[in-house]
Amino acid sequence: MTEPLLKVQGLKKYFPIRSGIFGQITGQVKAVDDVSFYVNEGETLGIVGESGCGKSTTGRMLMRLLEPTEGAIEFQGQNLAKLSPFEMRKARRDIQMVFQDPYASLNPRHSIGQILEEPLIVHGIGDAKERKKRVRALLEIVGLSDDHAKRYPHQFSGGQRQRIGIARALMTNPKLIIADEPVSALDVSIQAQVLNLMQDLQKELKLTYIFIAHDLGVVRHISDRVGVMYLGKIVELSESEELYANPLHPYTKGLLSAVPIPDPDFRRQQIIIEGDVPSPSSPPKGCTFHTRCPFKMDICTKSVPQLTEAQHGHSVACHLYNEQANDK
Amino acid sequence: MDDRKELLKVEALETTFFTDGGEIPAVDHIDFSLKEGEILGIVGESGCGKSVTSLSIMGLLPSPPGKITGGKILLDNKDLTKLSEKEMRKVRGKDIAMIFQEPMTSLNPLFTIGNQLTEAILIHHKNWTKKQANARAAKMMKLVGLPRAEELLKEYPHQLSGGMRQRVMIAMALVCDPKVLIADEPTTALDVTIQAQILQLMKELNKRLKTAVMLITHDLGVVAETCERVIVMYSGQVVEEGPVDVIFKDPQHPYTQGLIQSVPDMRHKKDRLYSITGSVPKPGSIKVGCRFAARCEFATKKCIEASPKLYQTSDAHKTRCFLHEGKKVSSNDRAIVESTRT
Repeated sequence: MTEPLLKVQGLKKYFPIRSGIFGQITGQVKAVDDVSFYVNEGETLGIVGESGCGKSTTGRMLMRLLEPTEGAIEFQGQNLAKLSPFEMRKARRDIQMVFQDPYASLNPRHSIGQILEEPLIVHGIGDAKERKKRVRALLEIVGLSDDHAKRYPHQFSGGQRQRIGIARALMTNPKLIIADEPVSALDVSIQAQVLNLMQDLQKELKLTYIFIAHDLGVVRHISDRVGVMYLGKIVELSESEELYANPLHPYTKGLLSAVPIPDPDFRRQQIIIEGDVPSPSSPPKGCTFHTRCPFKMDICTKSVPQLTEAQHGHSVACHLYNEQANDK
Repeated sequence: MDDRKELLKVEALETTFFTDGGEIPAVDHIDFSLKEGEILGIVGESGCGKSVTSLSIMGLLPSPPGKITGGKILLDNKDLTKLSEKEMRKVRGKDIAMIFQEPMTSLNPLFTIGNQLTEAILIHHKNWTKKQANARAAKMMKLVGLPRAEELLKEYPHQLSGGMRQRVMIAMALVCDPKVLIADEPTTALDVTIQAQILQLMKELNKRLKTAVMLITHDLGVVAETCERVIVMYSGQVVEEGPVDVIFKDPQHPYTQGLIQSVPDMRHKKDRLYSITGSVPKPGSIKVGCRFAARCEFATKKCIEASPKLYQTSDAHKTRCFLHEGKKVSSNDRAIVESTRT
């Protein structure tokens, strides 16, 4: 087997809580708590979870837009977590990001041409003429025309802006694209256009995606493998077909059955997860999901389940499956 | 056929925004009715006029620039568009109540939950004592499934989570037993697990209290799971109307068909999503012809030159598309349709 393109090991991000007049650290928010995964070249890894589960924080740490508290991010033989800011800037040529809000992520005072040219200038790629040529080429690739280069972001619709965001990410010819909720601000008909575009680009340019989203339908559509996050931890990770057909973790089961299906004849047994997500500043002891879990056992309140392979290629962090493994 | 009474009737409603850039017809001749105890879904993408429709009914349009320029909104045969602001205030909250998308911005952060709930009660029940109002508020809090209701009444909105706030909003809306509840994207800001809780609660309350619900949403999944009947809106018009199972099984308007196909289905994976080309036209930009024609696969010359009407294609199914203009309705069906009209 070939080496994965990106390998993340024990990634953590703790935000300090400061209080009092001297700003003493009185606690920690464990936004991401010991997350490990890998991404193979050319595949799409989906990361799903509800708000506050740490999925976006994880994405930002991979780009070092947030400094990880602990952990290693191996990418092309380098540990990104250890690079100096200068070296990291060079490494970002191969990792680019597409953001959620196509309104906030484009500078309103720059023309589309300037926005797209910027990454090339930063990385010192080509001369002025070559850069302009690449801007035109990429506008065409994402389905816009070259006279759009002279216009400003406010002249575009949400879907078109997201296309510009994607074009900007592709300017430096990256290997890995981290897309953080790229379609959640778009209407369904536009969402379908952007998802199709991302799939076409992946085939054509052999891109690798990390696709972060809260919409389980969208994630299934685009991902080869999917990781489910809850309160800063990955609770289940598997091939996407397998995960959706045969979810193991009670949280994944509840999450999947909570998604409304656009088919009035579809009947299923709904597992409604009661209550709310606990605060990450004081997560429950043991398994963080035990406060809402319908299958809670004694051990769940005491020890933290580890992410272990329950079936081939299907990992889950839940005592229900550790027990079974132990019995055998 | 359904013999439930029509509670709310919207007839040829026209809402226009008068801006510096000209008149924008946000809602353009909309007809629909809401029957007693039913859940009616209104779907459409942003800018299709679904929220403006609900604000028009509630009399909450930002005015200026918005104004109802034509049509009637009949609630128990009383035309709401003709009421004065003072009269409207008696209807709002008592006969029709509304819940909004963002539960945080619709609760006042400076007052306790109890304060805000009893305010709604005391406005409509002038002779009630504070104690009575408090008891009623606590009862409503329990009804919407909030734990430790009495304590929560003394807390402030920021102390509650998003799901709990939305439950408070529902309690507040239902506190005066309204006949109609308008819910404008009530679960859009919530996570899926919380969304499932809230939708289940709304269905339960609809059954128990027989409140008619108008559910406005962009999520076809939510419609399929909660509503009895659906109205699909596009560019300020109703393009299709019918019972939920009919709309999902036999969508007739190309826009509805496209919309249903472009949602990624969680149950099975497709290689490629169907996508409607282009984007929603600016309201008011298309004067003649079908508003969907430019994005439609089946558009003919006629679609660009003439505007289609809402054609009755079966008992309860209507479509605004020339493809279905010639579809014969059986004489029996037609008789029923005409009898309900008069």
